[in-house]
Amino acid sequence: MKASLTGQACVGTSTLVGTQAVPVEVQIDVACGLPAFTIVGLGDAAVLEARERVRAAIRASGYTFPNARVVVNLAPGPLRKHGTGFDLPIALALLVATGQIPAELMEQHRAVGEVALDGSVRCVPGMLAHGLASVADGHALFGPCQAADALRTLGGLRYRPLESLRSILGDRTEKAPQNRHKPAFPEPDLSDVAGHTLAKRALEIAAAGGHNLLLSGPPGSGKTMLARRLPGILPPLDDEERVESAVVHSVAGLDELPILSGSRPFRAPHHSASIAGLVGGGAPPRPGEVSLAHNGVLFLDELPEFGPSSLQTLRQPMEDGRIVLVRAEGRVSFPARFSLVGAANPCPCGYLGDPVRHCTCTHAVVTRYRNRVGGPLMDRIDLALDVERIEPELIVRMATGEDSSSVAARVRQALEVASAQGRSRNAVLSGAALIDACRMSPGVADVVSMLARSCHLSGRGVTRLLRVARTIADLDQASAVQKHHVIEAVSYRKQES
Amino acid sequence: MDRNEMARRGEDAAAAYLERTGMTVVERNWRCTSGEADIIGLDADELVIVEVKTRRSLNAGTAEEAVSENKQRRLARVARHYVAKAGLDTCPVRFDVIAIYPIAEDRAVLRHHRAAFTL
Repeated sequence: MKASLTGQACVGTSTLVGTQAVPVEVQIDVACGLPAFTIVGLGDAAVLEARERVRAAIRASGYTFPNARVVVNLAPGPLRKHGTGFDLPIALALLVATGQIPAELMEQHRAVGEVALDGSVRCVPGMLAHGLASVADGHALFGPCQAADALRTLGGLRYRPLESLRSILGDRTEKAPQNRHKPAFPEPDLSDVAGHTLAKRALEIAAAGGHNLLLSGPPGSGKTMLARRLPGILPPLDDEERVESAVVHSVAGLDELPILSGSRPFRAPHHSASIAGLVGGGAPPRPGEVSLAHNGVLFLDELPEFGPSSLQTLRQPMEDGRIVLVRAEGRVSFPARFSLVGAANPCPCGYLGDPVRHCTCTHAVVTRYRNRVGGPLMDRIDLALDVERIEPELIVRMATGEDSSSVAARVRQALEVASAQGRSRNAVLSGAALIDACRMSPGVADVVSMLARSCHLSGRGVTRLLRVARTIADLDQASAVQKHHVIEAVSYRKQES
Repeated sequence: MDRNEMARRGEDAAAAYLERTGMTVVERNWRCTSGEADIIGLDADELVIVEVKTRRSLNAGTAEEAVSENKQRRLARVARHYVAKAGLDTCPVRFDVIAIYPIAEDRAVLRHHRAAFTL
């Protein structure tokens, strides 16, 4: 079609606010006058750079860039717009306004994507969130081919992948989906871990009840190895969780395909992580590690080495399952329901309580080291246990235990018991609901009070004991908590020093 | 040949060249309060504002480089004045730059940048 010199057009798109994609309208006016290309509507530097990309892409794709005054408005005006995803809707709006593509093509359609100078369409972070918003509003979505694999998993979305600006006209035959699915990386299996029977059992309980877990032990005893195997025994993500977690990954610009194929996230940030890195932040606010671990495991190795203020910021998300970032621009909330697994050395040198090696730390140093984690955080950790160095013979003989799939099967059964009783996560039970859920006989209740007295348990200590006991009973397929469940639960209480 | 003389001869050459390419030169050295346009022409249905730069050597950079962003903004202001004055406000406008490098007494290399910049 021949390019006309004046015209107006309007193309729908969306911009990210947290993990939500908010609808935005790209309005364009091509008018006579001094040649200019202006973008208004509170765009950041990346949005303004769209001018150069769009100009080059339109020429490179064989269309005409009008020698006219072009004004682009991104509505609603007061909302700040970020990123390069506006390139594609701006380019398409320009083509519609100058009559180079028919306007009907863009009806009930949105477009999100970056354009390269040669006109090809590139991926931007958050395509999954844009897809969800399009589904919610009943629009079809034009976007990059790269995102097609992920967006195909969203039910109800009419996705129109574009190779380049050229492919909007004529031949839009969809290429066979490139199978980008790498062969699923095998999750590490529990059977690789020699010995550590007690720790494996604790992992099983943590998986079944959603409890937070602290492993402490000397260097090289296998704390990290154990923690990495927790995602493998958790039940696979259900459909809703899959989308929730994948959207967070998509918004953070990470690969969402492993999550969409059902594997639970496992995040292991280094202890130098900043607060913004852990809980999210920046401008625009991006999800942090707690949100990337949503529906999965957040593993903090060398827990006491994390900055005390970083650790304290974890308390609110652990309580609420979300993190709310409040900024001058507004509030952004990210999901953050995760299981925390901490690993710590018992003391700075690592050998306190080791039967063979001698600890060289003074009492004061050990106390200070332990206090770094802080009481309020420790209160939210139901399971704490010591991981000892295992006998060399076990390693040499390659002693293997149960594999992850059989443990996972038990975890699944335990979750069925719990959901049959109307419970979701034992780790969040407290007060009357917890006592109700335990269904203890008077005899068992006596055992609990006796143990509480002899171990000097606080009220909170009793709560944690009962939560764990409830999960152990679930694993035992028992409807009520019995004496031996309580006694096992006591052993996962770290001696409070 | 002094600087002004050379600039004038450059503009003459540019105007002659533009006429040969089919453009109608309507103004030479059109002045207003915002500055001066070297050549204003009509090419088909477009109003063309032409900036001519002549350089004897590259010691001070190329001629094209001399059309800085500041200069571009000034030319845009001049264009607005002209468009308003001539009543051409629905006419598409184009900014061209012509660079001229003399290589002998009567010979020069001329480079014509059509639509050299937009705003």
